[in-house]
Amino acid sequence: MKHHPYKTDLPVMLPFKPVETESFGSTIKLWYVVPILALILGTSAIAQSGSDIRLGALQTLMRWMPLLLQGFIFNVLISVMAMAIGTGLGAALGIGQLSLNRFVRSSSWLLTQFFRNAPWLVLLFFAMFLLPFEVNVFGIIIPLPDWVKATIGLALPVMANVSEIIRGAVLSLPSGQWEAAESLAYSRRQTLWLIILPQCLKRMLPPWMNLYAILTMATVLASIVGVSEVMTLTGEALAAEGGRPDLLAPFYAFVLLIFFVYCYPIARLTVRLERKFSVIN
Amino acid sequence: MNWDETKPMVSIKDVYKSFGTLEVLKGVSLDVMKGEVICIIGPSGSGKSTLIRCINGLNDIQSGSILVEGQEVNDPELNKLELRKKVGMVFQQYNLFPHKTALENVMMAPIRVLKHDKEIAQKAAIKLLRKVGLEDKVNAYPGEMSGGQQQRVAIARSLAMNPDVILFDEVTAALDPETVNEVLLTIKKLAEDGMTCILVTHEMGFAREVADHIYFTDGGLIVEHGNPKKFFENAKDPRTKEFLSQIL
Ligand SMILES: Nc1ncnc2c1ncn2[C@@H]1O[C@H](COP(=O)(O)OP(=O)(O)OP(=O)(O)O)[C@@H](O)[C@H]1O
Ligand SMILES: [Mg+2]
Repeated sequence: MKHHPYKTDLPVMLPFKPVETESFGSTIKLWYVVPILALILGTSAIAQSGSDIRLGALQTLMRWMPLLLQGFIFNVLISVMAMAIGTGLGAALGIGQLSLNRFVRSSSWLLTQFFRNAPWLVLLFFAMFLLPFEVNVFGIIIPLPDWVKATIGLALPVMANVSEIIRGAVLSLPSGQWEAAESLAYSRRQTLWLIILPQCLKRMLPPWMNLYAILTMATVLASIVGVSEVMTLTGEALAAEGGRPDLLAPFYAFVLLIFFVYCYPIARLTVRLERKFSVIN
Repeated sequence: MNWDETKPMVSIKDVYKSFGTLEVLKGVSLDVMKGEVICIIGPSGSGKSTLIRCINGLNDIQSGSILVEGQEVNDPELNKLELRKKVGMVFQQYNLFPHKTALENVMMAPIRVLKHDKEIAQKAAIKLLRKVGLEDKVNAYPGEMSGGQQQRVAIARSLAMNPDVILFDEVTAALDPETVNEVLLTIKKLAEDGMTCILVTHEMGFAREVADHIYFTDGGLIVEHGNPKKFFENAKDPRTKEFLSQIL
């Protein structure tokens, strides 16, 4: 009984090899949260023991916490929007990479590769400084505040990665699925939308969630271009406290903790889904 | 189907096919009449799969002619979808759509491709599943079925398009020995019902019993062909003789 994987003349199978996206989540363990907490409490305690009149570091942190959390909600907002935009554009680009039209295929490929291999920060700067502060859509003036520009800037690498996730998932399906569909006289479009893509959704979910977690962590880059997200606010809070060096560690540890608490469950879920799907397939 | 039955339904003439520099078919000709069952046998790599995949345009050819009901397959202007409505295919690896139930696998193409009414297609699909002995698996997913059951669903799926000829590419080669027979029996019933079948197979007993005509391929050529009796008892070509002596 040989299992001879047919090579094929179908154009979609020709250009590239599938990409494996590995998960970073599989390496994170829950007890990592303990050292961070210890860092916050420990550094605050040390700071406190040395201070007399000034408020203890932990109390100071408590006072700023609501503002920092608000800043973090802004990070989440940026990440969700960048993910939505990036996924929409990336889906189009990914399907473009599978087009039979040579021009569509190669330009989608080029765009994908370009934005996939660009440093996120550079793309962010690019968006900040190239996008106008407002756009005129059919006479309606839409303002583009900095955070919107940052969102667009971050959506670009997301787009490229989503495009690649889609292409990788499509090419990872056995070519027999294409051949069976074509033998049943499905058109190419029907084959893609009825047979191939539905099967790919499951395969795409874990790398897509993985990408989202990475994006969320990358939203702090927006602080460099002045968007008032959690890092910016942390810096401002520290400045408002007169740049006390004893506050640095607890404040930044707190920021780490928020990100951890938000991203870790996503990573766990990703791993779980990956495992589940690898059993099925 | 209003095919002039005095002419071959599938007529392959002098077909050449290569993958890059590898010549796989080097001038193959064969004719299949309506209602005939032909078996193609031969050693691995001799081009059997390639040959039948050319018939429904999964592979294209470099030169020669393949006529299916008078329509030239080796024509850049060919409407492949129309061709594939007439030519069904069943694969070694079944290739069922794993995200669809048996019933959906069978009725989807009639609905989506032939634009049949959903209820009519569903009734027909259930009937076909009954015909292949799987009425109790209507709502099962491929992953929940044995290889033999999946392959019978694949046959039903192909039949649902009401093709004029069906291509079978080593459809029992991936099956456990116990389930080979249930699939062969299904094909045999089809053949008895008058379906035109082109099979690539290593099941010699089956070929002998069911085939009207047997072709033996080696090195991209048909080196011998004849009816089963003549083929198995009176093989002339030394390559055929050697192959048969190894396999029987
Ligand atoms: N898409 C392809 N690209 C390149 N070479 C191919 C392709 N498909 C088949 N071949 C080669 O063509 C030759 C004939 O292959 P084919 O699958 O037709 O043989 P076969 O007679 O069906 O063999 P088997 O009994 O193993 O199924 C083999 O050498 C194979 O490696
Ligand atoms: Mg083969």
